[in-house]
Amino acid sequence: MNIHAYEKLWLAASLVLIVLFIGSVTYGAVGAGIAMVDDAEGVIDPDALDEDDRFADPRVEEVGENEYEVYVVAGQFFFDPGTFEPIEVPEHSQVTFYVTSPDVIHSFSIPGTNANTMVIPGEVASMTVEVGDPQEYGIVCNEFCGGGHHDMEGEFHVVPEDEFTLEADE
Amino acid sequence: MTTYIERFPAEARVIRSTFFTAFIALGIGALFGLLQVLHRTDVHRLVDSADYYHILTIHGVLLALTFTIFFLAGVFTWGLTTSLDRGVVDVRFTWAWYGLMVGGTALAAIPMFGGLIDGIDMSAGVLFTFYAPLQAHPLFYLGLALFIIGTWLAGADWIWTYLAWRRENPDERIPLPTFMVLTTTLFWYLSSLGVAIAVVVFLLPWSLGLLEQVNPLLTRTLFWYFGHPVVYFWLMPTYMLWYVLLPKVAGGKLFSDPLARVVFVLFLLLSTPTGIHHQYLDPGIAEGFKFIAMTNTMFLLLPSLLTAFTVVASVEHGARQRGGTGYLGWLGALPWRDPVFTGMALAGLMFAAAGFSGMVNAGMNINYLVHNTFWIVGHFHLTVGTAVALTFMAVTYWLLPQITGKPIWSRSVGLAQVVTWFVGMTLMSNAMHRGGLSGVPRRTAEPQYENFDFTPAFGTMAELDAGVVIGGSLLFLSAVLFLGNVFVSLTGGKDLTSIPENAYAEALSGAEDGPLILDNLKLWLVIAVLLVVLTYALPIGAIIDRGGLLGPGGSPYPLVVESGRAISIGLGEVVA
Repeated sequence: MNIHAYEKLWLAASLVLIVLFIGSVTYGAVGAGIAMVDDAEGVIDPDALDEDDRFADPRVEEVGENEYEVYVVAGQFFFDPGTFEPIEVPEHSQVTFYVTSPDVIHSFSIPGTNANTMVIPGEVASMTVEVGDPQEYGIVCNEFCGGGHHDMEGEFHVVPEDEFTLEADE
Repeated sequence: MTTYIERFPAEARVIRSTFFTAFIALGIGALFGLLQVLHRTDVHRLVDSADYYHILTIHGVLLALTFTIFFLAGVFTWGLTTSLDRGVVDVRFTWAWYGLMVGGTALAAIPMFGGLIDGIDMSAGVLFTFYAPLQAHPLFYLGLALFIIGTWLAGADWIWTYLAWRRENPDERIPLPTFMVLTTTLFWYLSSLGVAIAVVVFLLPWSLGLLEQVNPLLTRTLFWYFGHPVVYFWLMPTYMLWYVLLPKVAGGKLFSDPLARVVFVLFLLLSTPTGIHHQYLDPGIAEGFKFIAMTNTMFLLLPSLLTAFTVVASVEHGARQRGGTGYLGWLGALPWRDPVFTGMALAGLMFAAAGFSGMVNAGMNINYLVHNTFWIVGHFHLTVGTAVALTFMAVTYWLLPQITGKPIWSRSVGLAQVVTWFVGMTLMSNAMHRGGLSGVPRRTAEPQYENFDFTPAFGTMAELDAGVVIGGSLLFLSAVLFLGNVFVSLTGGKDLTSIPENAYAEALSGAEDGPLILDNLKLWLVIAVLLVVLTYALPIGAIIDRGGLLGPGGSPYPLVVESGRAISIGLGEVVA
């Protein structure tokens, strides 16, 4: 098979490009530490979330110094917490979201950031993010979930250290 | 000089039918696209926002499946019969698959349109992806299954005709267009199996009440097993037209036949084991499986990059045959006044841009930023919405005379049409990509929220909305020009003398330069199946192991179909 010299060059350059792409994604995962949402959490019965101690009372919880866990139920068409009251965490902390659904597939997404995960009934999505200076973010569902999909929104507030109180402490 | 209709009158009649079906879908789909851009940007809301999703379902299904697949079935029938210089074995069988595809589409359309009409107790507001537990009326799933079986029979027709040719010509190389039809058909059998299982084994029985619940992650994974490869089902006929027709209308020859075969073999091998890259953000799938899908996806860039080279080289060859000179000066020698050439060239240019946004999507960790945002919509309107759709429209100006014997009414309107599409898509897709970067979601009736605003990196939301509305309106105008031109052409008389001979591009480096192993389709199919098993056996096993074949469930929605459209809006209604 005779391949034109330019075409060989192009083929080689294409392969180099592909290897570079794979390398950069690998670096993102290993070097920069961007983990994928995965199968770390076990399955859950979407009809019995009230029997699960994380989701029976969805909330923000302090689990270490500057480390918080947030349990969120994403349902048609709300985030709890998030919609009825904002999710609040203190500035410069590490926050892990655990999100599940009692009904259909949703997403839990904070626009303008890379905090973004699918929410699938029966599964628990977990995602750890670092938050910076105080700022108010929105939360949207970006997976179609029914006729009221566009009304499904919430708020995520990163507040100054001295303004932060856990619900349990109030 | 022989036109297609003179050589193959019976096949020409079937191809006309597939094209006309495709064009009806294009017309309705384009109109609904216009309704959507006006609705999303709040310029004009003709329907309730809850009904927006029925409009979106129809837009997606009619354009992504009906328009594309009916058209490509016609293109493949043309390419196969032309290159084998032989009719199909039995044209009644050809009509049978066409009839089954039409019947399936009609059945699925009943609940899709029913959702929009008060008093009809059927709906299928589940969008193109129909993720369970969103539930459509059983007719939707049944129609989809019949449609897919119709496409399988079409593939069987092409293989059957090829085998008949092979008996008559035992020693010849497979002609390039036929090679492309066959590799695409084999790949389609392999990849459409996923959605067939999802629909027939799980979703149809579930919608009939025979199954109480399904595993949403499993049916979703089976959908994407098909959902990414299906884009290659649209792209491979497009590539075929770029390889065998574009060099011809540019005035030259295909640069390399063997490399074209390599590209199609790579598509057969790599298209299917990539679907999990649509599920990078799904819980319940291990990171390792996502990494494998990412690697396969990146290697799938190779056939597209090779295509870019060959197509540009072939077009340059054509330009130099026409007297073009210089490093870039040859561009001026190309037939830019020909809508067939200009449409395909602009489609190819747009596909390069689509390739770049696709590389971003494939990047597992960058995907967090753009997943399910408007960016994705911008991306696939460049791929299926331009590379494929614009090529199909441009090629119609060449193929329609071949299959009807009637010249195109106005080539100038045709030229204006393809350029309008290009300009409209540039505006709309640019705004969609940029909106997505600031987090604007896809698939929503009202991307305006009460408690926060989107802040684009540069520009304003108003400017982005304007881009979407103006671009979308130009695209609709372009579709109207296209359909109008086709319609007026059909009302005209036959004039066979003004129509060029039915032929496709010869190659500078022909099939004889390629090793015989390239034509060993059985070998490539076996490797393709092995790759799919290697990539999918473990993740699907793990998903079934975790949640069960039919669990862990979730609630079917709409819950009660009493009024035809059970829409439950309101917060806090289902707090568990």
